[in-house]
Amino acid sequence: MSRIKEFNLPDLGEGLTEGEILAWLVKVGDTIELNQPIVEVETAKAAVEIPAKWGGVVSRIYVEAGTTVEVGAPIVAIDTDPSAGPLPGDGPVPSAESLAAVEIAPAEGAVEPGLIGGPAPGGRTAVLVGYGPKSTTAKRRPRTSSASATAASAPTAPPGAAPVVPPVAPPPPAPVVPAPVVPAPAASPVPAARTSGPVLAKPPVRKLARDLGVDLATITGSGPLGSVTRDDVQQAAAAPASVAAPVVTTASFDTSREQRIPVKGVRKLTAENMVASAFTAPHVTEFLTVDVTRTMKTIEKLKERRDFRDVRISPLLLVAKAVLLAVERHPMVNSSWSAATNEIVVKDYVNLGIAAATERGLIVPNVKDAGRLSLRELAEALNTLVQVAKSGKTPPSDMAGGTLSITNVGVFGVDTGTPILPPGESAILAFGAIRPMPWVHKYKIKIRQVTTLGLSFDHRIIDGELGSKFLRDIGDFLTDPEGTLLAWA
Amino acid sequence: MANGESTAGADAPAGGFVQLLTPDGERVDSATADGVTYSVDFTDDEYRELYRDLVTVRRLDAEATALQRQGELGIWASLLGQEAAQVGSGRAMRPQDMAFPTYREHGVLYTRGIDPIMPFGLFRGVDQGGWDANEHRFNGYTIVIGSQTLHATGYAMGVTMDGKTGTPDGEAVIAYFGDGATSQGEVNEAFVWAGVFHAPMVFFCQNNQYAISEPLERQTRIPLYRRAAGYGFPGVRIDGNDVLASFAVTRAALDNARNGQGPTLIEAYTYRMGAHTSSDDPTRYRIASEVESWKAKDPISRLRAFLTKQQLGDDSFFDEVDESAKTLALSLRERVLSMPDPQPISMFDNVYPHGSAELDLQRSQFADYHASFEGSDH
Ligand SMILES: Cc1ncc(C[n+]2csc(CCOP(=O)(O)OP(=O)(O)O)c2C)c(N)n1
Ligand SMILES: [Mg+2]
Repeated sequence: MSRIKEFNLPDLGEGLTEGEILAWLVKVGDTIELNQPIVEVETAKAAVEIPAKWGGVVSRIYVEAGTTVEVGAPIVAIDTDPSAGPLPGDGPVPSAESLAAVEIAPAEGAVEPGLIGGPAPGGRTAVLVGYGPKSTTAKRRPRTSSASATAASAPTAPPGAAPVVPPVAPPPPAPVVPAPVVPAPAASPVPAARTSGPVLAKPPVRKLARDLGVDLATITGSGPLGSVTRDDVQQAAAAPASVAAPVVTTASFDTSREQRIPVKGVRKLTAENMVASAFTAPHVTEFLTVDVTRTMKTIEKLKERRDFRDVRISPLLLVAKAVLLAVERHPMVNSSWSAATNEIVVKDYVNLGIAAATERGLIVPNVKDAGRLSLRELAEALNTLVQVAKSGKTPPSDMAGGTLSITNVGVFGVDTGTPILPPGESAILAFGAIRPMPWVHKYKIKIRQVTTLGLSFDHRIIDGELGSKFLRDIGDFLTDPEGTLLAWA
Repeated sequence: MANGESTAGADAPAGGFVQLLTPDGERVDSATADGVTYSVDFTDDEYRELYRDLVTVRRLDAEATALQRQGELGIWASLLGQEAAQVGSGRAMRPQDMAFPTYREHGVLYTRGIDPIMPFGLFRGVDQGGWDANEHRFNGYTIVIGSQTLHATGYAMGVTMDGKTGTPDGEAVIAYFGDGATSQGEVNEAFVWAGVFHAPMVFFCQNNQYAISEPLERQTRIPLYRRAAGYGFPGVRIDGNDVLASFAVTRAALDNARNGQGPTLIEAYTYRMGAHTSSDDPTRYRIASEVESWKAKDPISRLRAFLTKQQLGDDSFFDEVDESAKTLALSLRERVLSMPDPQPISMFDNVYPHGSAELDLQRSQFADYHASFEGSDH
């Protein structure tokens, strides 16, 4: 056995593939003991010190600090028997001959990626205790040439597990001429084996098909028992639709396939309002992306309070609070343009509108004099507002007199929008989805809860400076509700 | 017996805990919880042996951590900080008792007189961690959180049905689990079952304050030991870093169980000084000052202080203990490094106790298949 041993970077945490050398704690020529910490390595999971696997003298360091190394690569060589005298060509960097004497022991030193757990769905690897790293692929030894015969009889498919359905023929090629709207039975791509029973497909595949708008019944399954696989669905989605496409082109002239909906009620009102607003108030929209992790924490704290116990608390509540507090600091944003009198009317009450999607369409009921309400009262008022709107019973008085509004488009999963002002109002805030995102927090990249705010305002009244300050204040409050509250009090 | 307050040292959490040895190594004569008084009556040698146990299990654990960092173990779950809870409760068991561990009970395993190499096959990935639970009176390491409490309860019901309880030399069962496990449905089912059927067992919860990164506040609003009241059996909290309290309370609870008095929940209030496992980085979710404050409560230094003050141990004794623990650790290292890799064919070995014709056929087909690869030594 060679006296010089190479230490290869091990898998430090269940299926990791690399690590970064943070710092060497020893240098070439140092005498070290077994288990003495020699190097700090940072992986995706942790920064750890690696203890020396052998005592001896550090004879070579292969990788400098700051370098990222693959698991299994040698990082240091240790002379485990320095008392035996110098090696031929000894020195900090071993010569070619001495390297020949180096025992490369990957099998001993490193846990090969892929051995810890097999690949699991979603490109992850099954592990022992609660983590799921990237999956890796195992390498196979080649078969011997005489193995092909054996392979055929190998127990890969035990009797009984053989597919019940014989392999199906490939689907017929897509027709060159437009197909009839209703495919003739003879042209049906559904394989005979399955016509009698339901289509076999796993739930995630069914969902994929639904998402991609693919009808499972039209696909020839290539999976076990003729089941439809993910690949089948993807192929079907990518292929030019052999039946549907021609139909669509002819149908665009077919008025019998168009629906005509009379414009009335909420839809009519919305349309009129939007046109009136969009073409009278010059809109400007500004955006601000903010870290709302603390807002989410504050919400948790509020939920735990006795006095908030039986009231629903959502991020919207704190957004509303942020808007109300910011209005106090910038009253001018809560105003309206009176063309008739050639005046700007600044209001010292906020009737806070909340855009609500109802079955009848969009309505924007408002909470009257919301600035006077305590947080709990505001929470109750918002809940009632939304519930009543959902039930379709919002009285007209609730919809009149709004001064400033919020539209919570985040509930639909989008980042933000450029909202149009309700007529007579000068600002409206769009509040987007809150998602965990990578974010620079205290100079480190962390996963934080992040959202994007979009503020549209009437540029006749509100200049870029005022609008920006107002939006910034809302953002500041959501970044640190408790601190801001104290600072502004 | 009601769940009540217990006497405790100055470092006790609200509600107190049973403590017989303070962090400074002061021997508190007796401690009370629910009107029951706990004490220990050890000989000088027994005190010294407890110290040796604590030092040895910590040293072996450190060697395992190093082996993982050196690529010789896939993963390791360190017991650092929990030695007293494990050694005290482990030594409290009688030979006929049965333990159901999690993946962290290396100290309990050691006190059962089992060769410490036993679980390393699992962590090195060369076997499935299967051993003869009956022979060792120590069930397999269980990674599926909380499930072993149900296995233990079922086993304890069997003990009762076999008529092995109700006497001073009856059998008792102890199930180990963590603070996080108390949120699992299984653990609560085990509590219900054991309470209703009076199972001869001890639920030993090592509350090390974390379930991976989730702190105790995420598991409970009341101290864990008080949960027992809701299931109708006694709950006692002990200073989990006090090996004497751990021994005394577990001994009493196991004896109650073997005498047919039903289960007890023991909450050993302790701290996981290291990472959850070698795959974890605790600096990402807990602050250094918290770890520092627990260093002052170290289970080993308090017993050492006690032995010194009582003149039961001097430097030469402590050095000798360290030395022999190190020797044991280095021989463990060598034995781990020389564990053979399993042959693929070995997966057929422990399927049926007496084999089966179908399995034999599969085994020979599998052997042929493997022989078909280049470089195969079949
Ligand atoms: C049923 C189940 N869920 C999740 C996990 C992943 N997991 C491994 S350890 C752990 C935390 C256990 O915490 P605790 O019970 O406090 O025991 P400790 O590790 O602190 O000793 C979790 C969630 C698991 N192993 N089993
Ligand atoms: Mg825990």
